[in-house]
Amino acid sequence: MPDSGISILFEGRNLIRLAQGLWVTAYIAFVSVALSTLLGVLVGLAMSSRFTALRAVMRLYLDAIRIVPVLVLLFLAYFGLGKVFHVNLNAELASILVFTLWGAAEMGDIVRGAVTSLPRHQRESGLSIGLTEGQVYRYVIIPQAVRRLLPGAINLATRMIKTTSLVMLIGVVEVLKVGQQIIEYASLISNPTASFWVYAFILFLYFAICYPISRYAAYLEQKWQS
Amino acid sequence: MSSSEKQTLLSIARLHKSFDEVEVLHDVSLDVGKGEVVVVIGPSGCGKSTLLRSINGLETINSGAIFLNGEDIASGVTPWNKVRQKIGMVFQSYDLFPHMNVMENILLGPVKAQGRDRKEARRQAESLLERVGLLERQDAFPRQLSGGQKQRVAIVRSLCMNPEIMLFDEVTASLDPEMVREVLDVMLELARQGMTMIIVTHEMSFARAVADRVLFMDGGRIVEAAPPEDFFNCPRSERARKFLNTFTFEATRKERRTVE
Amino acid sequence: MHFDLAFIQNYAPLYAEAAGLALKLAFWGILFSTIVGFVCSLIRYYRVPFLSPVTGAYIELSRNTPLLVQLFFLYFGLPKMGIHLDAEICAVIGLTFLGGSYMAEAFRGGLEAVSKIQIESGLSIGLSTPQLVRYVILPQAFAVAVPALGANVIFLIKETSIFSVMALEDPMFVAKDLIGLYYDTGEALLMLVVTYLIMLLPLSILLTYLEKKVRHAGFGH
Repeated sequence: MPDSGISILFEGRNLIRLAQGLWVTAYIAFVSVALSTLLGVLVGLAMSSRFTALRAVMRLYLDAIRIVPVLVLLFLAYFGLGKVFHVNLNAELASILVFTLWGAAEMGDIVRGAVTSLPRHQRESGLSIGLTEGQVYRYVIIPQAVRRLLPGAINLATRMIKTTSLVMLIGVVEVLKVGQQIIEYASLISNPTASFWVYAFILFLYFAICYPISRYAAYLEQKWQS
Repeated sequence: MSSSEKQTLLSIARLHKSFDEVEVLHDVSLDVGKGEVVVVIGPSGCGKSTLLRSINGLETINSGAIFLNGEDIASGVTPWNKVRQKIGMVFQSYDLFPHMNVMENILLGPVKAQGRDRKEARRQAESLLERVGLLERQDAFPRQLSGGQKQRVAIVRSLCMNPEIMLFDEVTASLDPEMVREVLDVMLELARQGMTMIIVTHEMSFARAVADRVLFMDGGRIVEAAPPEDFFNCPRSERARKFLNTFTFEATRKERRTVE
Repeated sequence: MHFDLAFIQNYAPLYAEAAGLALKLAFWGILFSTIVGFVCSLIRYYRVPFLSPVTGAYIELSRNTPLLVQLFFLYFGLPKMGIHLDAEICAVIGLTFLGGSYMAEAFRGGLEAVSKIQIESGLSIGLSTPQLVRYVILPQAFAVAVPALGANVIFLIKETSIFSVMALEDPMFVAKDLIGLYYDTGEALLMLVVTYLIMLLPLSILLTYLEKKVRHAGFGH
């Protein structure tokens, strides 16, 4: 009976446990997004630099990260580093490492796109009205570049938040793993529809977090399009 | 050559058109005789483009009627895609289909919309292209053509539908100056052959040369309608005088600059 | 670093088979995604009454939730409500549910790139709406959408890497198994990476080539 199953969410400390799981998800996502943004700007500047070799290395980094599924990267970091290089990371650290490597590459590409899409005459007309090189960056280049990259960067953040669900597969106890544990326990006390409600609830949680963020990105994109 | 002697081809009666709250066409009535060339001029935002677009059903009118050969085409009885096969229209921006070459652009309407035989339509397209001097460019893609060439192809694309009337919406406005002439020459030639046309333009000397009648529009109304000699020599309304003055003022400034 | 070549030789066929399964599921998922996405984008483009908001809600739901949770819901949640789905079917449905919205967005980008004047000049030579869509809008929209569509194909193939949670024997499943059974982690992971490279690299190169070609075609607006 569906209406009895939903009560699983409110039994005992279940909601609190799910919230704790969500906190782990949010923590990994937040740290990775923050690190990715910082590193991504550097990667992006390297990608649009004058040095061909540097650009090539960055291109290789981006392509390598892009072609391998994130889950494979997680396996490499969690199982591979320990076995092959004898560096043992716990699952959370391995997750943050992978998400940051991935996020910095993608963020770098977004930054590169924003910087290189600025027409050259913007810089030149800035200089021609007597601004210094620094002032041109401060008042002309950076404000425009930020507008161009912010929607994409925010979308990347929602992608990273969604992808954090994968970290349960290398043993991080986050919201989805907590959900699984609740379901296992519930099937012992014979709540047959528990998995339906728990997974529906987690779907809703992700939606409730990602939807407003992606709407905001769409809003910014529309606002700044002209 | 006055329009009353000729059979009326297009008749617009009491046309009203608003965008939201703003009225862009106010009680516009106009008869165009068969073979007549009407040039519409006026300041930007006066409603001249909207008038043309309404005739082709690209804008929905709020009230009034548009008759083509006595049939009310704005009533919705005949689907617009049938009506448009009889009304050719050329736009300001180069509007060729970028994924098709010149010949495919021209044949799309005759073959797909009118269901005509491809070979027969092709023969007509070739003779039209020959007339505008572009027969050898029939396999070119739009990106390989100059602006003037694109507009000539766009005119041929409309003509190949054998329309009863042609509408030109500032077709030379985005052209480089040296290409304006080749497009206007095609239109002059069409006028000579007796094509019925309504032309919206800012080219005053061309208007004078091609028009049987000049309409001056302002604020969504037809302010003045007169033969070109009368209109350009002694416009009756103050607004038309002011409008024409903006052109002569530009001319005197240019003269002064050459003197310096 | 030392790799056990005999081990690799022994288990390579297992990976090949697993890659075959992943590609088969990806093929069907991508095919249905493309169809769903195409239909959804047209519904949104023409703002079909009733269907358009429903499609919009689907796109938002699909884009703002992780595939992993979608699959858990389909595979473990739905049977509890009496809907039992085979793991492979679940995988294809899940991938289609996710991919449909991404494909819809790719097509939408293409449709929106077709300028108003193109549509009007199509109308002005008397084309009907279906003719306009068929001869004017779609060819242009498709050319613009190619890079995004291609990126989605690669994205969706990569997403198949989580199908192992439904006990489907894809490359991830094989790797996990081998790591668990033999502790030959290095070899198992190496083969895993190589498997995905073989699956994705040719496609990725083809896509880069296509993208360049489309950009050069340029249409000359």
